[in-house]
Amino acid sequence: MKLKNKELKKKLLRQVPLILLFISVLNNFDFNYLGLKYFSFNFSYILIFYFSLKRSYSLGYTYIFIAGLFNDVVNGSPIGMSSLMYLFLCGVAAYLRLITLRTSLFKDWIAFISAILILNSLFFIIVNLFFDFEISFINQIVNIFFTSLLYLLFSSIFNFFVDSSNAR
Amino acid sequence: METSRDDFVIAIRSAFLKKQNQQRFSLFGLIVFSLLILILGGFNFKPVNYLKLAIKEIAYRSTFIVSVPEKFLEEKYQTAQDHINLYNASMRNELELKDLRAKDLLNDFLVLENQRLKMIVEDYLVESDRLYAKVLSDKNSPFLKSVIINKGSKHGINLGAVVKDKEYLIGKIIEVNYTTSRVLLLSDINSKIPILIEPQGLLSILSGSGDKDGEIQYNKVENIIEETSIAYTSGVGNLFKAGIPVGKITKNDIRSLNAKVEFFSDFSQLKFVEVLFFERKISE
Repeated sequence: MKLKNKELKKKLLRQVPLILLFISVLNNFDFNYLGLKYFSFNFSYILIFYFSLKRSYSLGYTYIFIAGLFNDVVNGSPIGMSSLMYLFLCGVAAYLRLITLRTSLFKDWIAFISAILILNSLFFIIVNLFFDFEISFINQIVNIFFTSLLYLLFSSIFNFFVDSSNAR
Repeated sequence: METSRDDFVIAIRSAFLKKQNQQRFSLFGLIVFSLLILILGGFNFKPVNYLKLAIKEIAYRSTFIVSVPEKFLEEKYQTAQDHINLYNASMRNELELKDLRAKDLLNDFLVLENQRLKMIVEDYLVESDRLYAKVLSDKNSPFLKSVIINKGSKHGINLGAVVKDKEYLIGKIIEVNYTTSRVLLLSDINSKIPILIEPQGLLSILSGSGDKDGEIQYNKVENIIEETSIAYTSGVGNLFKAGIPVGKITKNDIRSLNAKVEFFSDFSQLKFVEVLFFERKISE
């Protein structure tokens, strides 16, 4: 019985990143109600990049693809757009994982910043050129800035979570 | 040199083409699939539209459930804020109430007179139907300022229907699903509505700023707009009924050339909204 419970706990812990991903796409953690004018970040980018890099088996590509479709529907962006961005982010993380022998938070962070800069530019170009959609530059820059900054904080939290779940 | 290029190709191939443990599809396959959906969606391909509709029905309902904890936190935060500001707000409201009671007496007479005159010139839209809807989700993402409500085509909602919060305009319906709809808020950068600035009587266009407020565009005589001016819907083009209050003019942002409009309704606090339908009434 005890063994079964332990197995179940382990299984549930494994699913936490996936649950977090779906919660974050269905309910953007943006803290809008605090009334901060220039504050927004993309939690899904941080989550996907971190877990694709550190624990690639936690988030399946298919689930990430589906989460992207949900995100598009909730945010009102063209369907398939977020999936594409998420999967590119996974690609960058997978490439980094393959070429890196000794990992460091700083290197991961630089790669993450480069990746989200490219992804957001790509998003902006596609949405502006092909979908006649207006996006505020300032909001996007603020979003990129805080997403990149908060990567450091969230990666430390995730590291702690991963370590403690491994210890169990 | 040759070796490092080979390494790069191998790493890229491995990252994008290789299926990992428990993965059904490769990354490359899913990227191609996303691109396909994106392109076909751009051309309004029917199966993609059906897929979109199905996901919308699931996602909007799930969003409502998933956002319950955050909404609870938000409510608690607002309650705390209200308590802190209670005394000042009460004093301000008392003064305002006295002023409004005096104005209200005159207002009833003016409304009736205005209706009678508008009917004579056959330019009077009357409310034909009204629905109350619950806000399921308020997605104030940096890219879209919109809310999702729990009424859709099943309840008779049409595209372009006017959405109000109490007496104030907040936006219009831009997407109708079977049981849900999306309301584009006035603060969205893509929202453009014809307004009338009173008491100057200026016609203009109000555009969302992508933030909390709006900007007045295409206004040649900007200098005569005062900070006490109020923006109402003008009714031009019969998009909205004329005279719905929108917001008051503020010019506090000196970096902006356009005058700003502070909306009467707080879009972050929407819980229930009114969806209105109008039809033209001609005097007999």
